[in-house]
Amino acid sequence: MTAIPADSARTPVPAIHRVPLTRVVKVELRKMFDTRSGFWLIASIAISAVLATGGVILWAPDGELTYSTFATAIRFPVVIILPLIAILAVTSEWSQRTGLTTFTLIPHRSRIITAKAISAVLIAIGAMVLTFVVGALGNLVGAAVTGTSPVWDVTITQCLYYVLGMILSLLIGFTLGVLLRSSTGAIVAYFILTFLVPTAFGLLATSQQWFRDLQPWVDIQFSQSGLFVFEKSLTGEQWANIAVTGVTWLLLPLAVGLVFVMRAEVK
Amino acid sequence: MITVEGVTRKYGHFTAVDDVSFTAEAGRVTGFLGPNGAGKSTTMRVMVGLTRATSGTVTISGRHYIDLPNPGLEVGVLLDASAQHAGRTGREILTIAQLFMGLPRHRVEEMLDVVSLTPTEASRRVGNYSLGMRQRLGIATALIGDPEVLILDEPANGLDPAGIRWMRDLLRGYADRGGTVLLSSHLLHEIEVIADDIVMIGNGKIVSQGTKTELLHAVGTVVRAGDLIPLQRGLAELGIATTVSEDGVLRTDVDPALVGKVALETGVALTELRAADAGLEDMFLELTATSQRDGATA
Repeated sequence: MTAIPADSARTPVPAIHRVPLTRVVKVELRKMFDTRSGFWLIASIAISAVLATGGVILWAPDGELTYSTFATAIRFPVVIILPLIAILAVTSEWSQRTGLTTFTLIPHRSRIITAKAISAVLIAIGAMVLTFVVGALGNLVGAAVTGTSPVWDVTITQCLYYVLGMILSLLIGFTLGVLLRSSTGAIVAYFILTFLVPTAFGLLATSQQWFRDLQPWVDIQFSQSGLFVFEKSLTGEQWANIAVTGVTWLLLPLAVGLVFVMRAEVK
Repeated sequence: MITVEGVTRKYGHFTAVDDVSFTAEAGRVTGFLGPNGAGKSTTMRVMVGLTRATSGTVTISGRHYIDLPNPGLEVGVLLDASAQHAGRTGREILTIAQLFMGLPRHRVEEMLDVVSLTPTEASRRVGNYSLGMRQRLGIATALIGDPEVLILDEPANGLDPAGIRWMRDLLRGYADRGGTVLLSSHLLHEIEVIADDIVMIGNGKIVSQGTKTELLHAVGTVVRAGDLIPLQRGLAELGIATTVSEDGVLRTDVDPALVGKVALETGVALTELRAADAGLEDMFLELTATSQRDGATA
């Protein structure tokens, strides 16, 4: 057993300053990578991006080897994984009970939640940059293989739409994490919300005329789908759809969840 | 210094902590003692803001915990050594604390050394740690910011005898250098050995508090002698009540010094004279008999 060296205990601490938010963000970002599950979840974004690109080169018809095909193909795995990262970043504080330490070191819980939101968005942006780079490489390789010149059919604006769409998907996961504070619960709810609910809405829209007009104002997936098609810019009404569904599916549940997070007992 | 004032925490109709008030002084080790479910952990969570008190306040060196700008540098907290992400290594968990507090990097290796976790152990994931190793890691996390106040919930749990001895010396040293140490335990012996002040809680209420010597002193004196009659008479003349049990033991509420003096004056040869410190354990069981799950055994 080592005794505490006399100089290591009681070193005079300089004036104590409030922990800056940048530092909290940096630590929260680190916490997303430093577990085995977190590391592989993030690594799987890169892996699936490369696999999806390879798939496009191998199986897509030559005429469709354009940049938008690559970007669209990569989107599918990434749009599922990103929200999972956001969910676990929040829920692990409760599921793994690390909140006991986290909320003791940073007692203002809103700062931790804010830092988690910022770091999740940073990861989403990083993943998007990666997606675009891998997609671009795929496009170049694809063109080289078929012996044609690469087709760049995506504008910068469309790329930004795409990033916005990804961030909104990620925030749905984040919101569910804050609202449910349980890894399993939030992940199940996320899959219900992304796969079951849109299907139900779709069926309702095909069978009920009154719902067909209502769907863009109710169905968050439907309203955001325009962000991911590299075709045209969005109309004012489409932006309004995104705003309305964003408030009902994101902001309101997030506000409710935050109230509970602030008050809930951490044990 | 930790000041707890009238803290009450209710869960629906159940009152887990009922109007608890006490002070943990600087330079002293305060033992927070109580049977399982007595409200120790809830009170400690209230101290650091993890649980809201229904009423009452806790201040640490005069401030509320939530107002501390960088709490890790002022209060070291260990509430549950098992509450760690199983997928992180011990070193990583300590690094997170070091980064949050803005401490130099070398503090991590220093603290691993202080709590005797080897570099190999520190590189393993906490999921593979024994409770004793988690406890050491938790203590390292509490100490890394070199705080003046320590709040430790059952820190001796899972430590081997050498580890318990080590922790006792560590906490003693902390208090001797002017730190405030509050530790909870249901291990009575541990508290009896280390604490200067004791706060006993049962069913959410404080049942007894004071310095260890005060609490032990209150119990009285036990005497054995060849002939107890003259001594009993001598004490009676001073108005001191005594009881003699069938096995020839005289008990009284006054302290041993006075009984010894009376024995000398009455010329009784004593075979045994001692403070009736039945030990904190008897007292603990007695005081918390109503809240004990296994009923009174004392």
